[in-house]
Amino acid sequence: MNQKELNIFAAQIRKAALRAIRKVGAGHVGGSMSMADLMAVLYGDVMKIDPQNPKWEDRDWLVVSKGHCGPAVYGALALKGYFDIDELDTVNQGGTRLPSHCDMNRTPGIDMSTGSLGQGMSTALGAAWGSRYNGKDNYTYLVLGDGESDEGQIWEGALFAAQQKLDHVIAFIDYNKKQLDGYVSDICDLGDVRKKFEDFGWDAQECDGHDVEAIKDAIEKAKKVKGHPHMIVLNTIKGKDCSFAEKVLYNHHMKFTEEDYQNAINTLDQKIKNMEEEV
Amino acid sequence: MMYQVEEKIMPEAHEMRAVFAEVLKEMAKEDERVIYLDCDLMNSIGMANYWKENPDRAINCGIQEANMIGVAAGMSATGLIPFTHTFGPFATRRVMDQVFVSAAYAKLNVKMIGSDPGITATLNGGTHMPLEDMGMMRCIPEITIVEPTDSVMLADVLRKAKDTYGVFYIRLSRKVADKIYKDGSTFEIGKAAKVRKGKDATIIATGICVAEAIKAAELLEKEGIHAAVVNMFTLKPVDEEAIIEAAKTTGAIVTAENHNIINGLGSAVAEVLAENISCPLERIGARDRFGEVGDLDYLKKEMKMTAEDIAEAVKKAIARKEN
Repeated sequence: MNQKELNIFAAQIRKAALRAIRKVGAGHVGGSMSMADLMAVLYGDVMKIDPQNPKWEDRDWLVVSKGHCGPAVYGALALKGYFDIDELDTVNQGGTRLPSHCDMNRTPGIDMSTGSLGQGMSTALGAAWGSRYNGKDNYTYLVLGDGESDEGQIWEGALFAAQQKLDHVIAFIDYNKKQLDGYVSDICDLGDVRKKFEDFGWDAQECDGHDVEAIKDAIEKAKKVKGHPHMIVLNTIKGKDCSFAEKVLYNHHMKFTEEDYQNAINTLDQKIKNMEEEV
Repeated sequence: MMYQVEEKIMPEAHEMRAVFAEVLKEMAKEDERVIYLDCDLMNSIGMANYWKENPDRAINCGIQEANMIGVAAGMSATGLIPFTHTFGPFATRRVMDQVFVSAAYAKLNVKMIGSDPGITATLNGGTHMPLEDMGMMRCIPEITIVEPTDSVMLADVLRKAKDTYGVFYIRLSRKVADKIYKDGSTFEIGKAAKVRKGKDATIIATGICVAEAIKAAELLEKEGIHAAVVNMFTLKPVDEEAIIEAAKTTGAIVTAENHNIINGLGSAVAEVLAENISCPLERIGARDRFGEVGDLDYLKKEMKMTAEDIAEAVKKAIARKEN
């Protein structure tokens, strides 16, 4: 996908994620919106995947360690054809294949079960180690939350990945600066998190997490650095491009009305239309 | 399951850790999916040379148990069979959520070794003395918990764990065990291994308490009491059939475990009895208390896990039979 197509895809992912949360009327809106552009780049351009064969053994892996943002991933998976888009309406309904937190045993296309924060770091590293051991050339992509990075296990994994020279791990921190209880800097400040990972032995970059070209470039650059795991810190806005969420402080998990939903969808539709009309 | 019990119980010639290391190396040689992970205790379990010679097959994670369990879970998602090791308390209570979510909930394939169970942690004392490890693991759905009694059983159980998909907690004493089974014996996970026949009561034991149970049965024999001994080396899934049969045929049961009686073998047997058959039950094990330093003999006495304690409990259980 080119830049315009990726931007449209990102807006569609936002719409799909909101649709997934809509039925219950409450969910993890903020973080799903902030990582939507990353999902667009990964699913729309970068990742080697086959929606018809989700367990394809040569595929790239994606571990969304901030597993509560399942709706953003489900949106991308549905749009890629892993399952029917209407299935998004079943999120968090009894018996669904789409639970609030990512579950590898329920959802086609989910590579790892996550939800207990910090743990996706280690399972992603294990998958990357195993892939390398099995002689695969695939990449393991890993999405961490900024609040999640309070967890000690993140930093255990950071040491481990560098020691094991897991250079086919490309991790992202969705640095939207907010966690459930407010600003990260007021709760457990991550400070210069790019520098921290660099100090832990990672190849670490930082870019605008809503600029699809910048994300793509960072991934390309990362792939050229051998012998080190890669961290790309994405500067993002929690609730990005969601009309009822972006300006709200506490937008980690939020309720919204049908009217809020329709307004958000209309705003995104308008954005898509404007992009489509651009020359 | 084809096992034979030694006529006389004697200490084994080798430490359990030596047999563990030997079998693990053999399995790794035979099956390239086997990967060994440890948290800076390779020297304590006899795997340090293997790690140095086979850096592609063994990972020393450093002292980071949570990450080790997650890495192992992730590895298994790519088809590998990781065996992880650290001391029992750190293999369980320190990483409860990692075992629960990353390994068990995700339905992955991780074989976790927790060494120095219960009072075998001796001089490391209360911080390192897991009297709750099996109890914690027992709350996790679909997990298998085994405590190999001697090195004959250990060798067989390790291979069976490798070849059985799912999360295993293998409770391993590193030290010299009493030899219960003849060389070449094989076992079935989930099926209790009967050690001794008897008609008056059944001692259901696990781990180091199996040898104590046999000694207790010998003491009781002198008093004309015939106690059967059953080795419940698989705590989960527990062998319900063997427990019900023991209740039916002997009418009195004593459990003996190197673990807290809460949520260990004593609880497991009590649950089966409560739902199936009325039978007096006495429980030998740590009575909801912390561990402490001391040598094994001191700790057995302190925790009331000796043959004499078990024999007394058998008499108490028999006295409670309804005539």
